[in-house]
Amino acid sequence: MEMPAVDARVMARKSEIVAGLRAVLPADAVIDDPTETKAYECDALSAYRCPPLAAILPRSTAEVAAALKVCDAMGVPVVPRGAGTSLAGGALPTADSVILGVARMNRVLEVDYANRLIRVDAGRTNLSVTGAVEADGFFYAPDPSSQLACAIAGNIAMNSGGAHCLKYGVTTNNLLGVTLVLMDGSVVEIGGAHMDAGGLDLLGVICGSEGQLGVVTEATLRILPKPEGARPVLIGFNSNEVAGACVADIIKAGVLPVAIEFMDRPCIRACEDFARAGYPDCEALLIIEVEGAEAEIDEQLGLIRQIAMRHDPVEFRESGSEEESKKIWLGRKSAFGAMGQINDYMCLDGTIPVSALPHVLKRIGEMSRDCGLDVANVFHAGDGNMHPLILYDANKPGDLELCEAFGADILKLCVEVGGCLTGEHGVGIEKRDLMGVQYDGPDMEAQMRVKDVFDPKWLLNPAKVFPLAASSGRRDG
Amino acid sequence: MRGGGAAPVPPEYLDHNESRVVRVSSEIEVADAVRDAPGPLRIRGGGTREFGGAGAVLDVSGIAGITLYEPGALTLVAKAGTPLAEVEAVLAAEGQRLAFEPADWRGLLGTSGEPTLGGMVAGNVSGPRRVQAGACRDALLGVRFVDGTGAVIKNGGRVMKNVTGYDLVKLVAGSWGTLGVLTEVSLKVLPVPETSATLVIGGLDGAAVAAMTEALTSPYDVTGAAHGPEGTLVRIEGFAQSVAYRAAELAKRLARFGAVEVERDPVRVAGLWRGVRDVAAFHGAEGDVWRLSVKPSDAPGLVARSGARQVVYDWGGGLVWLLMPEGADLRAALGPFAGHATLIRAGAETRARIPAFQPEPPAVAALSRGLRQRFDPRGIFNPGLMG
Ligand SMILES: Cc1cc2nc3c(=O)[nH]c(=O)nc-3n(C[C@H](O)[C@H](O)[C@H](O)COP(=O)(O)OP(=O)(O)OC[C@H]3O[C@@H](n4cnc5c(N)ncnc54)[C@H](O)[C@@H]3O)c2cc1C
Repeated sequence: MEMPAVDARVMARKSEIVAGLRAVLPADAVIDDPTETKAYECDALSAYRCPPLAAILPRSTAEVAAALKVCDAMGVPVVPRGAGTSLAGGALPTADSVILGVARMNRVLEVDYANRLIRVDAGRTNLSVTGAVEADGFFYAPDPSSQLACAIAGNIAMNSGGAHCLKYGVTTNNLLGVTLVLMDGSVVEIGGAHMDAGGLDLLGVICGSEGQLGVVTEATLRILPKPEGARPVLIGFNSNEVAGACVADIIKAGVLPVAIEFMDRPCIRACEDFARAGYPDCEALLIIEVEGAEAEIDEQLGLIRQIAMRHDPVEFRESGSEEESKKIWLGRKSAFGAMGQINDYMCLDGTIPVSALPHVLKRIGEMSRDCGLDVANVFHAGDGNMHPLILYDANKPGDLELCEAFGADILKLCVEVGGCLTGEHGVGIEKRDLMGVQYDGPDMEAQMRVKDVFDPKWLLNPAKVFPLAASSGRRDG
Repeated sequence: MRGGGAAPVPPEYLDHNESRVVRVSSEIEVADAVRDAPGPLRIRGGGTREFGGAGAVLDVSGIAGITLYEPGALTLVAKAGTPLAEVEAVLAAEGQRLAFEPADWRGLLGTSGEPTLGGMVAGNVSGPRRVQAGACRDALLGVRFVDGTGAVIKNGGRVMKNVTGYDLVKLVAGSWGTLGVLTEVSLKVLPVPETSATLVIGGLDGAAVAAMTEALTSPYDVTGAAHGPEGTLVRIEGFAQSVAYRAAELAKRLARFGAVEVERDPVRVAGLWRGVRDVAAFHGAEGDVWRLSVKPSDAPGLVARSGARQVVYDWGGGLVWLLMPEGADLRAALGPFAGHATLIRAGAETRARIPAFQPEPPAVAALSRGLRQRFDPRGIFNPGLMG
């Protein structure tokens, strides 16, 4: 992966920079010992690593602002970091950058049930937001599989989704406001407890901007009353096409499940070997979850059964108990872990129009045979967000490169059929050089203008999102 | 529609206000018109949501037609000048709809013409279901637009999940044409539920927001909570059995606020919500119309000091429509508050004195100004409208 040339002026001033940060932050908030900064050398895309110049762990918006002022004045790039679970290299440092971790900022600031919102420090983990309100019957809807670890800050930066976003939307649909610190240290409040923007929707463009516009320190999130109950079904099919057709029919019939997850044969096998969830031996498997009171669940599942039966499933298994529900989800939830057991893998994240599903799966199969790397597919079928997992051997010379090239071909295919490069993981460095496949020069130019306004010196989260060639004039300027 | 055999439309003419009108029927023509524009342009779709503005009219209603509709994928792509009514009819034929329930402002503003998709998106126009299904911006999957330099820009796409690059889709929604001329939009659509019912409580005033809050904090998936001349309304939608069950449960919960009636007649239910959506209560009524977006629990207190003649609450109190005495400055009456107030309908003299959009704090205003300058460096799109 090509990275910009390290700024020698910054490197030469390391001790001055660290001293400047120490002057405005508590002693334990500044880390410059190379054995300790190593902890921040990568995120969950661990194939790429680079220790930062230093790392800082502020505890308040004021500390973030003070630290950014120091970095801005000395021209030091800053990489914001939540929990470091990005799969796109979004939190990868450059050697001349300071990592700004918000993990210590994790308080609940306000819970307001009447207005259905919660205000938290941005370093708070996703699951602990729900944890703060669930005893009172509420939840925070976006639920990335990494929710135990990932921070709201990272969710906002990546506009993360989750298994249940078919019904509840992704982060941007559940975000009401943020406190944002700009690179020059100024603090801006965007949005709040009310709905929609009174002027330009800045919140809408901040969400998903991958830490390149400002550092989010607080967030106001929408919480929802928990439904009375939920129940999954598992449906097995003998072909991907038929499973895809069944999904389209369910959606057209007006049933709106909270989740429709799809697994293909290689994925079913791996999960079964790993988790022993008792999945049937078949080509394609759907897990569909519906919500409501008992009678409502029965009504929806009755309809789903009727539709599924028309497609001749090899198995239709409705959960009869909490335990059976867990078992149905067990395999799906351990899919990534299962893959990790048998191989190194790369997880892709393209989205396709759901109608293109059979074609795309067939093409991926052919490409897999051509390049000799296996692929397992697991994805959010209701919205077309695919997660092909390409298996490779990190110890075998050339395998990572082969895998990356294959991955790029799959993403190009996604764009070709009318979809996009990334549905929820973000561009980061991973897909940076593919941006041109989806967007033309003027499209990227328009996006970079936004960064020009928020971060005129282009110091925040360098080398991500835009191809280096596209951004070079701005970064050097 | 760009009809096959239709007579060619003269590219320029004068409208009823004697404004110069430039008519375009393709994206390329928009780009040319923008590049060639000697001065300000007032972008017009159907002209039904016009707030004023200056300069020649850029009429984009000729860029029309649905380019793609896949009911199984819940997506529709159409040119920006496509009439909303045409889209709604095509969706209805497949049992689908725009879930955010876009309002028709003709009655409120006294305008005529056909509301278009572009105008709806430019205004981020969302109706009562916004509390449950999200706003127009939440259903917007992709856009194509022409910026102030005449460059054609696309962002987003036609798929439900897309985080590739920055989200300009949201930025353009609600920008009232100040960042660019929309030429095409993709939208997420949803199935029309089998049944719908509305709980009606009469005689609430002070307690209306509390009653709506009670409903919205229940697990019964309320898709509308409003209060106006028809009473306090709570809507639920879904399959028949489920609606019956939830209506009964909600009626129990709301009983402490007063007698609860359940309206099930589909025509009556649709009428009630159309009335809320289009603010029918203010049609033809004298006075200025303001739209206030606030934290629901703040709404009653703000209304009390607003000096409004009449109010309609939507979004459980998060949105308040106020009928104000002509020329009154709602923002001055409220003092500092969290949220925003937009002047939707007023005479020219009031408009000249009171900005339509809520003035922003300096730091936010600087960012918005910076964005406008970069997308529209000559400042020709609806100048002065948003600040
Ligand atoms: C096993 C596994 C499963 C996953 N499942 C999902 C899933 O289901 N859905 C999904 O969407 N993602 C998923 N992810 C990806 C990842 O968890 C998300 O992208 C998550 O939102 C990242 O959060 P984080 O706190 O770890 O952020 P980090 O990895 O620390 O950073 C991510 C990005 O956010 C920026 N950032 C961090 N903090 C701030 C801040 N305070 N201000 C501004 N920018 C900031 C960073 O610069 C970086 O660009 C998964 C990852 C793993 C490892």
